[in-house]
Order: sequence, then structure tokens, then C-alpha cells
Amino acid sequence: MSLLEQSAFQAAEAVRTGTASSTELTRAALDAIGRLEPKLRAYVSVDADGALARAAELDERRRRGEPLGPLGGVPLAIKDNMVVRGGATTCASRILAGFVSPYDATVVERLRGAGAVFLGKTNMDEFAMGSSTENSAVAVTRNPWDTERVPGGSSGGSAAAVAARLAFGALGSDTGGSIRQPASFCGVTGLKPTYGRVSRYGLVAFASSLDQIGTFSRDVRDTALLLGVIAGHDPLDSTSVDEAVPDYVGGLDGGIAGLRVGMPKEYFAEGIAPETERAVRAAVAKLDELGAEVVEVSLPHLDYAIATYYIICTAEASSNLARYDGVRYGHRSDGEGVHDMYRASREAGFGAEVKRRILLGTYVLSAGYYDAYYLKALKVRTLIKQDFDRAFERVDCIVAPTSPTTAFRIGEKADDPLTMYLSDIYTISVNLAGLPGISIPCGFDGNNLPVGVQLIGKPFDEPTLLRAAHTYQQATDWHTRVPPILDGGA
Amino acid sequence: MEYEVVIGMEVHVELKTESKAFCGCSTAFGAAPNTHVCPVCLGLPGVLPVLNRKAVEHAVRVGLALGCEISTFSKFDRKNYFYPDMPKNYQISQYDKPLSYTGRLPILLDGQVREVRIRRAHLEEDAGKLLHLDDGTTGVDFNRAGVPLLEIVSEPDLHSADEAVEYLTRLKTLLEYLGVSDCNMEEGSMRCEANVDVRPVGGGPVGGIVEIKNVASITGVKRAIEFEFERQRDVCESGGTVERETRRWNPDRARTTVMRTKELAHDYRYFPEPDLVPVVLERAEIERVRAALPELPLARQLRYMSEHGLSEYDASVLTAQQASAGFYEACTRLYDQPKVVCNWVTGELFRLMKERKVGFDELKVTPTMLVDMIKLVDNGTISGTIGKTVIEEMVATGWPPDRVVVEKGLVQISDTAQLEKAIAAVLEANPKPVADYRGGNERTFGFLVGQVMRATKGKANPKLVNELLRKALSAQ
Repeated sequence: MSLLEQSAFQAAEAVRTGTASSTELTRAALDAIGRLEPKLRAYVSVDADGALARAAELDERRRRGEPLGPLGGVPLAIKDNMVVRGGATTCASRILAGFVSPYDATVVERLRGAGAVFLGKTNMDEFAMGSSTENSAVAVTRNPWDTERVPGGSSGGSAAAVAARLAFGALGSDTGGSIRQPASFCGVTGLKPTYGRVSRYGLVAFASSLDQIGTFSRDVRDTALLLGVIAGHDPLDSTSVDEAVPDYVGGLDGGIAGLRVGMPKEYFAEGIAPETERAVRAAVAKLDELGAEVVEVSLPHLDYAIATYYIICTAEASSNLARYDGVRYGHRSDGEGVHDMYRASREAGFGAEVKRRILLGTYVLSAGYYDAYYLKALKVRTLIKQDFDRAFERVDCIVAPTSPTTAFRIGEKADDPLTMYLSDIYTISVNLAGLPGISIPCGFDGNNLPVGVQLIGKPFDEPTLLRAAHTYQQATDWHTRVPPILDGGA
Repeated sequence: MEYEVVIGMEVHVELKTESKAFCGCSTAFGAAPNTHVCPVCLGLPGVLPVLNRKAVEHAVRVGLALGCEISTFSKFDRKNYFYPDMPKNYQISQYDKPLSYTGRLPILLDGQVREVRIRRAHLEEDAGKLLHLDDGTTGVDFNRAGVPLLEIVSEPDLHSADEAVEYLTRLKTLLEYLGVSDCNMEEGSMRCEANVDVRPVGGGPVGGIVEIKNVASITGVKRAIEFEFERQRDVCESGGTVERETRRWNPDRARTTVMRTKELAHDYRYFPEPDLVPVVLERAEIERVRAALPELPLARQLRYMSEHGLSEYDASVLTAQQASAGFYEACTRLYDQPKVVCNWVTGELFRLMKERKVGFDELKVTPTMLVDMIKLVDNGTISGTIGKTVIEEMVATGWPPDRVVVEKGLVQISDTAQLEKAIAAVLEANPKPVADYRGGNERTFGFLVGQVMRATKGKANPKLVNELLRKALSAQ
């Protein structure tokens, strides 16, 4: 087995047992990046020197017999909206040009503490606003399964990097589906944990009440490994929950006999591509075959999820992005006086989608409109939560498609934001309800593009989600398929 | 036509906490620019606020002292507007669920107590400070950004500049008393805005309310309101309408000038702060804080007036600080003559402390020591005049009064023989005044007493000196 074919779990094991050094793993990843990056553009920045120095340090520590941690020596990628001390964080936006963070995100600190090596920062839709990674001021990331197609978004760079074996795992962030949708488009495993499970400190905020950091990996075991490292209460994030972190890896086995799985009828109605529906239904049948008890449930407020989401997330974004004004850091354009400078800097610094959302968010919070939009959206959000609460009275987890379609062509939806927004229909309500969701590969369409199936769990019940997903992966091989680009194709 | 003025006050006070409202940076005043800053209070990408519980405790104390309802559930909101001294371009504040609301502050007007209603008191964070530099550019100092502020809003219950001054003075005393703020207007730890509305007497509102900002002293508030009363009255009398606007007080020109008109009023787009969880307070916790509140300054002042027979002035001086009132009361518990104690405390002790810049926290004189000194005067060991010398020594050395008296040789001379000797010497040295006295000039008696006191370095028992001197003068 080549070094890069290993999972993060296996790579850590290899370093621990001495069958591979961190330097070898890192070099292999950097070589792959060198070969494939020109085609994929998964990364915004690659820190080859830093990664190799870190790998050498870890190898040295291993030689001295020091324990390296559960991710000891494993090279990972970080979405470029999480800050790493001493390095650039751009959020794929011109407005953060030149910004260097003086501090580490909590997740970065935890990964480092667990022995990880950081290869670089991955591409994304600007400020995580988008579903295709086309809204990046840096580059358009290509889908490793078909480079004419998008990798999904907003964490498209992380998804593509993991799919193309340019990292053994990656962090992403998911505000409305930004981990799960690209995971499904790229054929990898993507987890959005429960809101409050992972600290947001150091994650550049898009929509604070919805944002959650999560993982991309080759399989569910790696997901469990990574989650165990990054999860847990953080005194620096008041919204992180002080809830014990279970042994996710240890809880993977045991099967799903008797697990009650709900199929929301609204998720299998209009709008879903036939081939996607077929693959997802097959996955449901597989779960049934593995011992789960599949029942139909209803989430009646699904239709309102997108409208609700776009009011809440834009409102929060309009405020969160107000700090990018050219005064203290990042891009500054000249202007006559301070207000003119603000205007010019933000005009030049933000892309079209970001501006659109700032305008929408400013509008819905304006005097006279607040009650009709923002307040109403909060009420509908409560209804959507209650839908899930009711469903979870009957089932242990919910199964649904991750996205209505497989990866679409670059440019296909770029000029039609509404159609683009609809591609998040199945993921958004999970963020509104603050629940954990995981997307795992469950088949391919006629174009050999991966299809993802989503499992949605109760708050903090990641163990059940991971066990169900792991059981499925033990019985299937979709997650082991390799994109053609690795064979020199696509 | 007669006009009246209706005033509501908005007061911002910086709460005295070690660290800022939402990060661990120091709140100390006067440091070099941008040395008390971190990623959080600079609003760098990715940071999150964490609420300082001490700020909440202080705010609850103030709310309770103002007789407010305390919310068991309150939350923070974002107030959105762009300004270069605001690191995030929004301020974390409280909008529709303030920590405390519906209270009152009693004030004293012409000897009568009147209550000014308090609408609300809520927590928020301070902004940085713009520094206009010599080279014509503007810098920002973020040391102050994130310092916890309490905004206290009154109802429009004040009807003159003097009432506003009394309200602010009472509020300031209360806050200092509770130990929650320095209330230093020069350093900006207390800032006032007045909402001033002038209208025909009994006629109800006619024009817009004018908000006056940038007032840096209580005197400034008085002058600004007086100016604004005249300005608005003139507008009304000349048939105009007072515009609703924000005006800036310019102390140098002694006038207010337009800062912002209604058309340019901000839409702050308040919405719940998603990065913080609501502040939930237990009833029992609130009651514990209430029970631990000290007697408030005005109540204490009124008690000193009615029970101790002190003047309004003396009582207010004593109750201006919790420490001074506490010291005074401890003395009265050891010595049941409040007026005598008050005279020593507000007179000699305060004077010395002010002169030596000594606060009660560093004062070496204890109530017991002061009372012991008063008792030495009472029992004739020392005279009242020597008492002043003794206090001075006590403040300087921290010695108890008996030690001062012994070590400095200040015991009053009540020995008749010794005094008679001194008197004889004085009479001999001053033949003319003696002759004048004997010739019927009473006034030279005082001079002769003074000479005896001088000869005994003030230690002579004045009563005895009087007696013996008269005897000596009438002897021949």
C-alpha cells in the first residue's frame, strides 16, 4: 500500500510503529500536492517548509521515545477560515489580504497537541458563503472526480484535498451544509458535529449561531479519531457546551441491530435527481439489511428552511463582517475621509456573493423590517427544531440525501444564486436545529460522480451517527473508491 | 409665556473590574496606547467574547441599589454602527432584556427627598479612543475598548439644571459608595448625556427632544442645560420648532452645536448577540446580593441628621464615602457623642488626610485611637488644642494617643505650683499689660493667658490657667 492510500488512523499507526516517518508521509503529501494542485487548486496556501520542519520535529521526538498523540505525524489540511498563529488566513477574500493571525484557533491548538502536521490552508467560497467554491477570490477548486465540475462548497478545498489524497484529513466548517455537501460531491466522509460540540474560537465567523467546525476524512474511523481530538468545551467559546467527550473510536463497533432510523418523507419528494434518490434508497435498504429498523417520519417545515436560513445567516453575517473596514488590518483602499475609505475598501475587498448577503442581512435587520423577517425567521427556526424533536421521539437517527444532485458543472449555477441556494435544501435545517450530521459516500451516478447519504442525529449523539455510518462502511466499499485523477485520468 | 424644562439623563459608568467585559485584558487607565489589548478586544477575525461575571455582579449591585427589578433572564445584543474606535463595528450591549429596569434614585431638593425614576441600567462594552496626532493623522487607542460599562437611563423627571446636578451627584456618590466605579469624569469613567426638552409650562411637549453629548463635568452638565433651556425657549418664542437632534457641548464657547440631525439618526439594527449565552440569575443569588448591600448614602445621611442631630452638610460630607461613614459610625459606637466625633472627623482628621493625601484604606488611625484621643481631652490629660497636635502625630506615626502624649511630652499641666511659677514669670515680664488690666482693661487678660500657654508650650490646663491668673492679678 502506498503511503497516501492509508487512512489517517493507519498513518498515525505507521508513525507510531515506525513503518513510516512523519517526514515520509509529509513528503508524499507535498509531492502529490505538487503534481495535482495545478489541476485541482484545493489549497489557498501550502506551507511545505513549515510542514517538513514540524514532521522532522515529530520524528525526532519519536526517536527520543516521546509519545506524539493520537494524530502523531499525520499531515492534515485546514480550511482557510480557521486561524493559525503566524500565518495568513484569507477566507479566500481580498479583504483579508496581508492579515497574519497572532493566535491559534482552539481546534488548531488541539490538533497540534495531538501531533498533527499542517500542510496548508484550503480553498473555500469567500467567507464560507457558497455551495461550489466558485466564490473564491483565489481560484476555483476542481472536483477530483471530474475537473470540469465543482467540488461543492463552501469547504470545497478540504473535500477535494481529502478525495485526491492531498491530505490525510482536513477540517472544514459547516453553516448550512458546507462540509456535508462537498463531502458528498467529492466522495469522502464529512461530519458536522452538534452546535457547541467543537469550539468556534478562531473560526472566522460567517453566521455565529449556525457555524460549526467539522471534519473531512477517508472513512468514519478517521472521523471519529479527528472528532475526539477537536471536540470538547472551550472556555474561550461561551457557546461551546461542557459535555463529556466520549471515546468515538471505541464506540464504532457493535453494529446497528435494532437501531431505529427515520426516513423523512419530505426529503424524498420533488427536486431530487433520480440517480441520487436511487443511491440513497439503496443505502437505506442496506441499513435495513444490517439490522436497522427503518420507519417513515415527517419534518413538515422543510419548505421554510431555506428562507429561514437565508434571513438568519445573512443577518448575522452583515454584523460579523462589519469589522472588515480597512482600519486595522487587511485590505485598505484610499478614500476621502473615513467613511469613504470604508466604502472603497469594502467595495474592492468583498466579492459579489458576500456583498449580496451583507445587503440582505442589513435589510432584514432594519428598523421596520426586523419583525417581519428576522423575528419571524427565529420563530420558524424553533418550529424546525420541534420537527426534529418530534421525529427523535420515534427514531435514533434520520437518514436523508445530502444534496439533491451530484456535483454540477463549473459555472452552471454561478449566475443563479437561488438555484445555488437550493442545493443546500437537505443540509440547512440540520444547522438551524443545531444537530450533528454526517455525509458518507453511497454510490455513483451515470457520470461516475459520487452520491452522498446523510445521517442526522440527536444533539451530542455523534456516537450513534458514527456507529451507524461505520457499520455501513464496513459493509460497503463506496468510500474506498479512488477518483480517476489519481490514475492520471479526468 | 413661561417655559419649563424636562430633562432625562443617560449616564455611562465604567465598572471597576480587573479585566475587561469580554476578555482578560487589564482595565487600568493611563497605560501607553494599545498595550492593554488582545485579539478579542481588537475584534480580530475568529475571536469570541466571554462574559466577565464580575461585571454582572457589579451591575446587579447597582440595579438593586437603584431599587430596580433585576432580570433573572437577560441577554446581550449587538448594536451595529461603523466608527473607527469600534473594533468590530458593533457594540455588545443590551437592548430589550436589560439586566435591571424600573427603579428610582432618591435625591434631596430643598431638604425634601424626591425620587427620580430609573428606566433601566444595562451592561455594555466601551469603545476605544481616537487620538488626533500632531502630524494630522488620527490614531486609535484600544486600551479602553471592551471595558465594561453600565448605562443608567432615567425617566424625564428632572426639571432644572440644579436638579440634574443633584441627580448626578447622588448617583456618583451611590456608585462610588458601592465600590463599582471610580466615576472620574475627567478620565471618562463617568460620562453624561442629557435629553433636554423645553415646553410651555403645563403645555406638554411641543418640539423635539435634544440630546446633549460631550459633557465632561457635572458643572458642564449644568451649564449645558442652562444654555439649552435658553436656546430652545428662544426658538419657541420666535415661533420656530425645536428640532429633534443630537448636540455637542462645547465648554470653551459655552454653547451647544449640532452634531447629528434626526435625518441622520442611526438605525442600529439590534439583534441578539449569538456569541454569548443569556445571563441567567437565580432569585436566591439576587437576594443574597440585596442582603449584602450597605446602607445607601442618602438613607445614611438622613439618619445622621435625624438621629445624630448632624447638619445636612456634615451628614453629607460623612456619607460621601462608605469608608468615612464607617469610620465615623465606629467612633460613635465607642463614644456616644456624635457631634463631637463629627467635628473631629470632618474637621481635623479630614484636613490632615487631604493634606497628606491619605485615604481611609491607608489611614493608620483607627476609630478606637481617635476616640481615645477625644477621651484624653475630656479627662483633661490634654487640651483641645493639643488634641490637634496629637491627631497629627497619630496620622503620621500610627501611634496610639497616649503614646504620642507621653513621647512628645504633651501631658496637660494641671499642677498648681508649676503653673503659678509660670504665671509669676509672665507677670514679671509684662508689667505694662498687667498694669493695664489692673487699670480696668479686660482685654489684656487674653494676652496674658496666651503668654502663659506659650511659656508652657500649650500644655497648660487652660481652665486652671484662667483661674490662677485671675487670682494672681487680683492678689496685689
